[in-house]
Amino acid sequence: METTNPEYFENKAETTTDRAVPKVKGNETEKDITETAAARTRGRRKIMQSIFFFLFRGAAAVNGIALFIIIFFLLKNGLSAISWTFLTQPPMDSMTSGGIFPCIVGTLCLGIGAIIAALPVGVASGIYLNEYARPGLMLRILRLGISNLAGVPSVVFGLFGLAFFCIILKMGVSILAGALTLATLTLPVIIGSTEEALKSVPDTYREASLALGATKWQTIYRVVLPAAMPGILTGAILGLSRAAGETAPIMFTGAVFFAPGKWPSSLLDSVMALPYHIYVLATAGTEIEKTRPLQYGTAIVLIALVLGINLGALIWRSRLRKRLK
Amino acid sequence: MAEKAQTTEKMMHIFFFCIASASITILFLIMIFLFKEGLPIFKTVSVKAFIFGEYWYPTSDPADFGIFPLIVASLTVTVFSALISIPLGVMTAVYLAEIASQKVGEIVKPVVELLAALPSVVIGFFGMVLVAPFLQRIFDIPTGLNLFNASLMLAFMAVPTICSISEDAIHSVPVALKEASMALGATHFETIIKVIVPASISGICTAIILGMSRAVGETMVVLMVAGGAAMVPESVFDPVRPMPASIAAEMGEAPIGSDHYYALFATGIVLFIFTLVFNIVADYIANKYRQVGEASL
Repeated sequence: METTNPEYFENKAETTTDRAVPKVKGNETEKDITETAAARTRGRRKIMQSIFFFLFRGAAAVNGIALFIIIFFLLKNGLSAISWTFLTQPPMDSMTSGGIFPCIVGTLCLGIGAIIAALPVGVASGIYLNEYARPGLMLRILRLGISNLAGVPSVVFGLFGLAFFCIILKMGVSILAGALTLATLTLPVIIGSTEEALKSVPDTYREASLALGATKWQTIYRVVLPAAMPGILTGAILGLSRAAGETAPIMFTGAVFFAPGKWPSSLLDSVMALPYHIYVLATAGTEIEKTRPLQYGTAIVLIALVLGINLGALIWRSRLRKRLK
Repeated sequence: MAEKAQTTEKMMHIFFFCIASASITILFLIMIFLFKEGLPIFKTVSVKAFIFGEYWYPTSDPADFGIFPLIVASLTVTVFSALISIPLGVMTAVYLAEIASQKVGEIVKPVVELLAALPSVVIGFFGMVLVAPFLQRIFDIPTGLNLFNASLMLAFMAVPTICSISEDAIHSVPVALKEASMALGATHFETIIKVIVPASISGICTAIILGMSRAVGETMVVLMVAGGAAMVPESVFDPVRPMPASIAAEMGEAPIGSDHYYALFATGIVLFIFTLVFNIVADYIANKYRQVGEASL
């Protein structure tokens, strides 16, 4: 290393040949110069760091500002539309007044239906992936399938739901078809959170149970699942909030512009849904300007519902965790 | 007794495997139905004319089914949104993982998560009623519903995806690497740029590709904000009609079994293939260049 360093030789040559030059003084100035140069580059590097860290902070702040602006403007323009009537009455006067009660009910029906369908399948898939599967080609293919399912565009889920549930299985535009379409879309979310929850259960639990003579299934059922339950349920609720906010998959499968009455009477009824209601009022209604307050109001209700579900999930999880400890 | 328990175990294993294959079955069903309903259009138009045809007039007589403008629209919207979302997402991830104090991080992280939780229709609505008039006034353009607006809105939908996956990747860089770099006298910033980001680059790339894949497939935002004109854009302020918007807007009116209906499913095939390629590439990068400890650096 040292022998290949030209500077090393140079310095050595200098100190051996330049005997005539007053040594002490020369060395001192040289040392001064290198030190100030080092200090200068260090200063420059520090400044670079400050500039870039400022940019990083700015980038993070932009997200916060964007969220703030969105929520602020929606609240500012829409809060006045929210009232008891708005929340509890069906639309009146061909959508220009009245409330959005059927939309809230419809969204809840679709979201809960989706979770009822997706939760058992998702949890069982998660159990297989985390507890049973051995690393290998099969597991690789399964994982690729799941990640690709997660990446399918929402409108393609809508096309699939239309062709499969509505037409082939003859469900028509209905809660059932819409909920099943949403279920296929939330499945990867639930699988992911189940796996995450199962991974966080320490292996010592499994080993202790197996050492006591329990079979694998008994271990999973009696030991692993209860410990993972908070995580799994949180995942389910997050899936519900995702399903409740989706529009494109239910456009052709479950949601309609107008459904008579407050409550759907069967699973094969089509419903109104909050996201679709916003879209229709804002783009296709006959009196877009007149219904503007209703649009803002609906958007606020949807956000409140989705964020409320999210928040509820987080609180519930922390409670469950405490109780299980 | 023991034998019976073993049979139960075997059954359980097979049972769970069958259910776990549900995702892949659904993926196949999606493909089968897209092709079943989409391929008939190629009896009327050739594949080449469909993909490179410049005119999309599905309801005129005779109808034109050329989705080239829709493909171009999808790609330009995605690229422009990536120009915004990549720096924003990656920088936010670096900030969260490396710079932010724990206290600030605990505020910023939920903000990003909330951004992800906002329903797409709400972002589309926001872009339509507030951003569009604003852009129209500022830039003095005929309509605020255009390529630029759609890209901007999509960017904010892709940021959470990019940010959270990148952040995980940055977190997984071994601390020893960072400490070694700092010990050699590098500043924190130099360590981030020259050590931490290169070490987590495969995760960051995966994040970017998944973010872009989300932008390509996102429907409601482009449906409400992009303007809806099926033509190849000439400037960033031209209205466009990306593929998902076209499908979502027209499916309701296309009679089942008509050419228009088949054409929309065929558009769905193209869109599906786009996102499939994005996802497979992301998966490939994530697995191929996975950072395992310091050894492979």
